[in-house]
Amino acid sequence: MKRINTPLTKREIERLNVGEEVLLSGVIYTARDQVHKRLAEAIHKNKKTAIDLKGRIIYYCGPTPKPKGKIIGSCGPTTSLRMDEFTPVLLKKGILAMIGKGRRSKAIIQAIKKYKAIYFLTYAGCGALLSKYIQKATKVAYKNLGPEAIYKLEVRDFPLIVGIDTKGRSIYD
Amino acid sequence: MGTVLALAVDLSLTEKMREISANKVRDKVCELCTQANTVLRKDVLAQLKVAHPKETNKRAKKILDAIIENAKIAKREKLAICQDTGLPVVFLEIGQDIKISGDLKSAVNKGVELGYKKGFLRNSIISHPLFRDKPGYSPVVIHTDIVRGNKLKITVLPCGFGCENKTQLKMFNPTARIDEVKRFVAEAVKLAGPDACPPYVVGVGIGGTADYACFLAKKALLRKVKSQKSKVKRLEAELVKEINKLNIGPMGLGGETTCLGVNIEIYPTHIAGLPVAVNISCHALRSAANTL
Repeated sequence: MKRINTPLTKREIERLNVGEEVLLSGVIYTARDQVHKRLAEAIHKNKKTAIDLKGRIIYYCGPTPKPKGKIIGSCGPTTSLRMDEFTPVLLKKGILAMIGKGRRSKAIIQAIKKYKAIYFLTYAGCGALLSKYIQKATKVAYKNLGPEAIYKLEVRDFPLIVGIDTKGRSIYD
Repeated sequence: MGTVLALAVDLSLTEKMREISANKVRDKVCELCTQANTVLRKDVLAQLKVAHPKETNKRAKKILDAIIENAKIAKREKLAICQDTGLPVVFLEIGQDIKISGDLKSAVNKGVELGYKKGFLRNSIISHPLFRDKPGYSPVVIHTDIVRGNKLKITVLPCGFGCENKTQLKMFNPTARIDEVKRFVAEAVKLAGPDACPPYVVGVGIGGTADYACFLAKKALLRKVKSQKSKVKRLEAELVKEINKLNIGPMGLGGETTCLGVNIEIYPTHIAGLPVAVNISCHALRSAANTL
């Protein structure tokens, strides 16, 4: 199976096709509903975002608290559709890839094509299994949001399926 | 003289009542929260294992493998099956001959808080639905029922919201055909599509009032998947067949395994109506029960 590493380049993701399975190693950042709302607000007000978004991979995930002796708790993907409202402005700010579960709106498919970004799926409802691919987890921003804080995750061979490729082809079509 | 007699009668009644302390309820709820969130229900796991060899779609089979492996890891390492440890719904079946000493509702909420903290489960509850603030562990949703006897049955059902968001309610005309009801249930699953972690277990409530049909749809999820106890077994089996033809499959990427079971609860209703509610559960249908 194909292995990819961060930082991902545009050229690299352009070579990935819808439906293809890949293993990702490197750094990704969690962000879900409340963080998306806040990042979008900051961008609209021309303020600095809590993390630099350029070239980043965003993972739609709010993990369970870290049990003693573990790196992270359960950490599967949440429903991507809820982020659609905020995704175009994040893409404009340079995010390269998103990881989540389920469908995206037509507008997002178009935006992904326009910005030559990529949308990955990962095993839905398998948070315990996915925790095994995380090597380090640090809360880096919006810590007051609890599970919705931004976590910086270092992953190794994190399993992904290309859900929407840079050409705007969706696995659900 | 009359007063003394009345007092004696009261005392004899009290003696018949079995007393359960609220603290005992708290501790049991605490234990059930951890169990429900880390040990996948036996009947659900069994249906996943039944579906796996029958699935002909290669990718679907691989995802089913991951789901079964996930349940194994969660149980072994006492990790949450899913990071969305849900909004716990607690069902209390209270025997009419019980006296609870202490504050029952507080005990349930306290038990959830303790269980979720102890089990490293996620705090997903916000105290105001409109002015959303930092999430906490309670309050939970509590359903009580008064039953005969002197026992207290507690069931904890953590409801993840990926699938809760896909709930549907329709008030049919009383003249609606069963076919139309079936189509509505299948359509609800189709609408949920790939987004709510299929393969699903579909809870259906038919009858009562609008609110009661929703309650029944939720309660239906407590019953063992594909149990023989159902009053509408045939209808359930037909729906399973129909839904599994939708080719949604695990993660919505195709396959024959779209639902693991359909559980229907029915109740009498009004001559003018036919409420039908559909409450879908993701493949991680979690609940745990115990009787005090």
